[in-house]
This record gives sequence, structure tokens and C-alpha cells, in this order.
Amino acid sequence: METPALELCNIRCTFRPRSPLEAAYTAVADTSLQVQPGEFVSVVGPTGCGKSTLLNVAAGLLTPSQGEVRVFGQVLQGINARAGYMFQTEALMPWRSALDNVLLGLQYHHTEPQQAQAMALDWMSRVGLAGFEDRYPHQLSGGMRKRVALAQTLVLDPDIILMDEPFSALDIQTRQLMETEVLDLWARQKKAVLFITHDLDEAIAMSDRVIVLSAGPATHPMGEFTIDLPRPRHVAEVRTQARFNELHGQIWELLRDEVLKGYAQQLRKA
Amino acid sequence: MWSTIKPQESNLRWWQVGLLVAFLGLWQWASWDPKLAFFLGNPVQVVGRVWSWFLPVDIAPNVFFPDGLKGRADIYIHLGVTLLETVLAFGLGTLMGLVCGLWLALSPLTSAILDPYIKAANAMPRVILAPIFAMWFGLGIWSKVALAVTLVFFIVFFNVYQGVREVSPVLLANARMLGAQQKQLLRTVYLPSATSWVFSSLHTSVGLAFVGAVVGEYLGSARGVGYLIQQAEGTFDVNTVFAGITVLTAFALLLDGAVGRLERHLMVWQPRSAENERL
Repeated sequence: METPALELCNIRCTFRPRSPLEAAYTAVADTSLQVQPGEFVSVVGPTGCGKSTLLNVAAGLLTPSQGEVRVFGQVLQGINARAGYMFQTEALMPWRSALDNVLLGLQYHHTEPQQAQAMALDWMSRVGLAGFEDRYPHQLSGGMRKRVALAQTLVLDPDIILMDEPFSALDIQTRQLMETEVLDLWARQKKAVLFITHDLDEAIAMSDRVIVLSAGPATHPMGEFTIDLPRPRHVAEVRTQARFNELHGQIWELLRDEVLKGYAQQLRKA
Repeated sequence: MWSTIKPQESNLRWWQVGLLVAFLGLWQWASWDPKLAFFLGNPVQVVGRVWSWFLPVDIAPNVFFPDGLKGRADIYIHLGVTLLETVLAFGLGTLMGLVCGLWLALSPLTSAILDPYIKAANAMPRVILAPIFAMWFGLGIWSKVALAVTLVFFIVFFNVYQGVREVSPVLLANARMLGAQQKQLLRTVYLPSATSWVFSSLHTSVGLAFVGAVVGEYLGSARGVGYLIQQAEGTFDVNTVFAGITVLTAFALLLDGAVGRLERHLMVWQPRSAENERL
């Protein structure tokens, strides 16, 4: 069997309590998952269940309390240099133009300036933003900013792409457009993708495999579904297929109880 | 009739000018009484004083100046000294505030240790340091620069400190994921995001640099606009005092305008409200 691109082994994340009166909070417990090279894996779960925590662990931004992360077989220490990360919220630098934002990672890696410029321009046009290079983030729409963020991540050619609900802030049309574009880009150069979402439709439409997480605290995977819908897929059209609905039904069956549990917990907290 | 002169967007400028004219007229009227004029001064005399400070052109005796007016053009040395002190203090204070702000914001332990002392130093009425600085640095420009630096430093320092601590964690995480080393983080994330905070503090601190320089001169010096004012007060020459205040105000506005220009130049990336509406 091939070495997984990304492997989380028995991860547990416990956060120190803010005051001595509170108990320590375990966000994630006993979580193992693998992403093969070129595989698109989605993780779905109720809100506040620790999905982002899991992704931060995979990115090396957060060191787990227990367990380890392996990247192509190597135990991860520090930042995961082979991964690109697309954040849920705005992560562009407002004082840099779109092109300069895309150039950012290349500058960090001391790429030769002319080559960097050419690569950044190429990616700007690949994400459909040719002609918008000089705009500052506040002059771009939400969807365009996401495209810049996508180019910023992909220009470094990472082997693993981590996405944390990247499109949750977009309206539904822009969102489907972006999903389709991401799938196209992914199909051209198959990377390992770990995609976090709370939207089951999105997860099924895009992935090879969907992992369902339980409600927090101590979130752990509860089920795994292989999505055998044919590719290439168009995210808007795939939703009309019978097989899509069948899979959706199966996964929702498992997810529903967790969503309710998660909701009840949030009510109790409030 | 009233509808055209009623204050509104289009005739704002006229109202502003009108207010000034009315104020000067009232002042001139009040100063006809020589007893009042001794305390209030006289706007025409103030203008005359400014004239003879700046222009080497004599004015023949007339209604306003029965003895004529000599164009001495002798303020430049004083103004130059005051401006030099102001600019030096502004530059040094800003630089020190920036460096210390960055350092303390990035090193929480140091900032925790120094916290009470910083608070105390900021609470202290620092103008009373002027005599001490005069002792340490003499009566030349450096004692004034030192006083003004203590005023400028804290404004910039607190703003940079706040600015760096409020850098968006997502921005930082993103930069780290894109491969930024610690030094690169400082240059590409911390410094630029602190800039907007620095600029909001610069408008306040340019005024305070002036205050420091002039107060320093006032308390002991041989040159500078503060020295001129202090000399004039010694001879109850209230017109010269007002002339000095006018000149200082004008130059403070000029410096503030320069800061504003620099800000607009460096902060092009910031959304302006009008621009936002259009897009």
C-alpha cells in the first residue's frame, strides 16, 4: 500500500482551562485518519465539534496533546511545509495588492523575483483574475478574494491542501462556481486534499471520501463513506443524481443525531 | 435672502471666513481702549509683528503704524531652531516608540515585567522633566529635543504596542503556512499592520513634538520661537506673544498636513468610505 500523504494517528487535543474552576476541554480525542496522495477527503461534523482543531493539527499550527501526524511517512514537527492552508476567514494582507499577496509565499521561499512574478501572474489568470493584479483586497468581491487566497496557496505547489470551510462566507452561486473551479484545478494536478465543511452537499459533491465526526467534546470520526460518483463532476448538476441522494441519505442518517447533540450542548452552554 | 446665506454645504467656506473676520473685527474694536489693548493686544499690531518677522520690507508711517514698520526678517533663525527641534524630536520619538513597541509586543514576558514602570512613566507629568534635561543637555537644542521625545515616545509606543498585539491571528497563521520565518513575519506582517496605528498616533504626536520644543525653549534657551515669546512676555509685549502663537499654529498645521500627505501616500491600500460605496 502507498504511503499516505497525510496521516493523523490517535490524535487528542486537550485545551488548558482558562480558570482553575473550569475543567480542561478536550476538543478532539482518539482520531485517526488518512489521506492518500491525490485523494480528496472531506470531513463533516456539527458546528463547534473541533473540525478546525483537527485541521490546525494537520497543518502543524497546533501540537496535539497526544498522538502524531505523519506527512508522507515522516513524523511532523513544527509547521507542515508540504501543506497549503486555505482559511475560513480573510487571510489576505490588506496592504498588499492581489498580485503581491500571491507573491507572498514565493518571497518567503526566496524564489528568484522574475520567475516568481511569472508564476504569480500565471496563477492569477488560472483563477480567472487576470487584469485584477493591482487591486487591493478591499477593492475585490468576497469571491475574488477567495480566488486570490486560492492562488496564494496553490502557487507554492503544495503536496497537501488543507481547506477549512473556505467557501462558507460566499453566496450560493459564487460558492458553486468556486467549488467547480477548485475541482477543475484539483483534477489537473491531483493533490491530497483535506476539506473541512459543515455542508454535507458540498462534501459529497467534491470528495472521494467523506468522514463524519461526532459532536464535541472529544470529537472522533464515526463513519466513513466512499463517494463513488463518476468524475469529472459538476457540483450543481451532481446533486440531481439518484446516487447522490442515496449517499446523502446514508450520511445524514449518521450526522443528524450528532448535529442535534451538538445543538443541545450549545444551548446548554448559552 | 436667508435661504442663500443659511449655513449649508455650499457656503461652508464663506461662513468659516466670516467667522474669522467677525472675530478679528470684535478684537480690533475691543482694543481701541488702550487699557484693554494692553491685555488683549491688537490684531493689526500682531499682523505687523508677523510682517516684520518674516519680510525685509519696511512700511512707511500710516494710520495703523504711526511710527512706520521695519521689515527685520529676523525670525528665521528662531523658527529654524524650533522646527529643527520639533522634527528631530518627532523623528527620534517615533523611531524609539516604534522599536520599543515592537519589542515589548513581541516579548510578553518583558512587557509583563516592565508594565508598572511604563504605566508610571506615562502617568508622570513629563513637562517637569524640562529643568532636568536642561541640566543634563545644556541650554542648546538637545534639552528641548529630549523633552519633546518623552512626549512623542509614549503616544507612538502605545499605538504600536496595541497595533502589533491586534494583528489578526489568521494573517499570522497564513504567513507561517506560506513559509514565513520569524524575521519575515516581522517585516511582512507585524510592521505593516502596525503602520496604520502609527499613523493615527503621528497626528497627535507631531503637535506634541511642537509643545515639547516650545515649552523647553520657554523654560530656558537663547533661540527659538518659545524664547521670543518668553522675552516678549517679560516686557508685557502681548502683541508679540500673539504673533508667536499665530506663527506656531500655522507651522504645526503645516507639519500635520505633511504627515497627512505621507499617510495618504503610504496607506493607499486602506478603503476610503466613499470608494467603498461606489464599488
